[in-house]
Amino acid sequence: MSDLIRLNASELVALLAKREISSVEVTQAHLDQISKVGDAVHSFLHISGESALATAKDVDSRRAAGEKLADLAGVPIAVKDNLTTTDAPTTAGSKILEGWLPPYDATVVTKLRNQLLPILGKTNLDEFAMGSSTEFSAYGPSKNPWDLTRIPGGSGGGSSSAVSSFQAPLAIGSDTGGSIRFPGAVTGTVGIKPTYGAVSRYGLIALASSLDQIGPVARNVLDAAYLQDAIAGHDPHDSTSLSGSLGSMVEAAKRGSLKGKKVGLIKQLSGDGFQQGVRNRFAEALKLITHAGAEIVEVDCPSFEYAIDAYYLILPAEASSNLAKFDSVRFGMRVSPEGNPTIERVMAATREAGFGPEVKRRIILGTFALSSGSFDKFYGAAQKVRTLIQRDFDAAFAKADVLVSPTAPTTAFKFGEKVSDPLAMYLNDIATIPANLAGIPGISVPIGLADEDNLPVGIQFLAPAHEDARLYEVGAALEGILEGIWGKRMMDFAPELKVN
Amino acid sequence: MSEITPELVRHLAGLSRIDLDEAEVARFTEQLALIVDSVAKISQAIDASTPATSHPIPLANVFRSDVVQPSLSQEQALSGAPDSGQGRFRVAAILDEE
Repeated sequence: MSDLIRLNASELVALLAKREISSVEVTQAHLDQISKVGDAVHSFLHISGESALATAKDVDSRRAAGEKLADLAGVPIAVKDNLTTTDAPTTAGSKILEGWLPPYDATVVTKLRNQLLPILGKTNLDEFAMGSSTEFSAYGPSKNPWDLTRIPGGSGGGSSSAVSSFQAPLAIGSDTGGSIRFPGAVTGTVGIKPTYGAVSRYGLIALASSLDQIGPVARNVLDAAYLQDAIAGHDPHDSTSLSGSLGSMVEAAKRGSLKGKKVGLIKQLSGDGFQQGVRNRFAEALKLITHAGAEIVEVDCPSFEYAIDAYYLILPAEASSNLAKFDSVRFGMRVSPEGNPTIERVMAATREAGFGPEVKRRIILGTFALSSGSFDKFYGAAQKVRTLIQRDFDAAFAKADVLVSPTAPTTAFKFGEKVSDPLAMYLNDIATIPANLAGIPGISVPIGLADEDNLPVGIQFLAPAHEDARLYEVGAALEGILEGIWGKRMMDFAPELKVN
Repeated sequence: MSEITPELVRHLAGLSRIDLDEAEVARFTEQLALIVDSVAKISQAIDASTPATSHPIPLANVFRSDVVQPSLSQEQALSGAPDSGQGRFRVAAILDEE
């Protein structure tokens, strides 16, 4: 294994700037790793080797000419396949969009191109980001590099598995109910859902527009900070885009401190019913947080009990509306029944053939929640619960600077364990969903391995809206303490990936 | 007894323009009944005075200036269409013959 791929993005930033390494070398090393482990892990739906190397070459010649480039120029990156790219097919993990070449780039992709990050390819996801395991991808699941018989989390399991198997130092994810943070927790990587509106959603194939947020996937907190700084900012193409700057995440991560912080332990998410190994690592992390000079205070968020229920009404309702655009007219697949069918029958046949089971289930559930007769009892009630959850957060943040919980109730589960039981699958997101309902930012940071299965465990920090920098500050501090104790990095615990 | 019946699932699938087969109707009836029974408890959490939230971070009056900007060309807009002609999307008959 090449040493270059073991380097963190922030280390690559420094070495590239000093021209001790070239972007072509770094990019080629990652493409080699993709060739080596790609089939076994199945992180990518499309690999853009040539264009990535062309970008890398451009970076190297500009640096040689003394041009001042963006921090991340030359650092390769993988992009989740629900972001549009004009030079690579964009499928959102669905058969209905197989082979679709979008006519425009997502704003985040434009930013990556402008800052000269070589884009290695497009990563796998549950179809239209609906799922927690990538088992709902129409193109087959991605595998967890820690144990190839287990899920890499979802929906962003392509991005999390790519970063944790050293196929990419950085990746882009999208988080609607935990699709960045849950994959981060189960693969021993860092994932951040920024404040709603901090990163433009233009060109993100929408799942639930009031919940979706694009964010960074990385192997450490500082790397993620570089990426958030690179992709954040106002975008006139997204009417929900925040107008002001949230400051420098890189500075916050470099500051890295827990001293004097009030850390709120959420009573409802303190670990009851969670896997024992998750609870053990979480309890140890809380001790370290206290030793580092923070004060733990308990906060009560009674409405969180209803968060999953509200989420599984709001999300399907918004998704059923967003996915109406896949109508066999403007893009994607068209299936025409025999005879001389009307357009309605063509649409129904196309959507039957093109959508997978979870997408159909959620569209029908959403249509139910929005239909007259059930609207007040279901969708309307869910929107009111959303208010209660926001109030719980307001009260909690009056007592604490950040809140804390385990990121997920379990470590990575085996393929097939939950795929036929939607309610069991939905419970993976119990700790991550409240942040999406309230629009606040959250980070998952690895805190070691569970005793019973030696698989990664993540801790989640949450901050008030616009206070993303706090997550980087406390996350980097805890990461630094843990690496000091371990004498190595989280990914150094990972067993060697056995590929044929 | 759940309010989710096979007839309702067929009706919702029709509204959603998804031509479900009978095996899917049976499976979704069972699964949606479980999901709907589970989520129905949210009505216990709220009362009439609780305001609804539709958006996490409300922004008001988001407008752009009324200036023509570059947009997709006709060719680009049609580039992903399964069928097109004469600069338009080509589709099956919109009205039934009856």
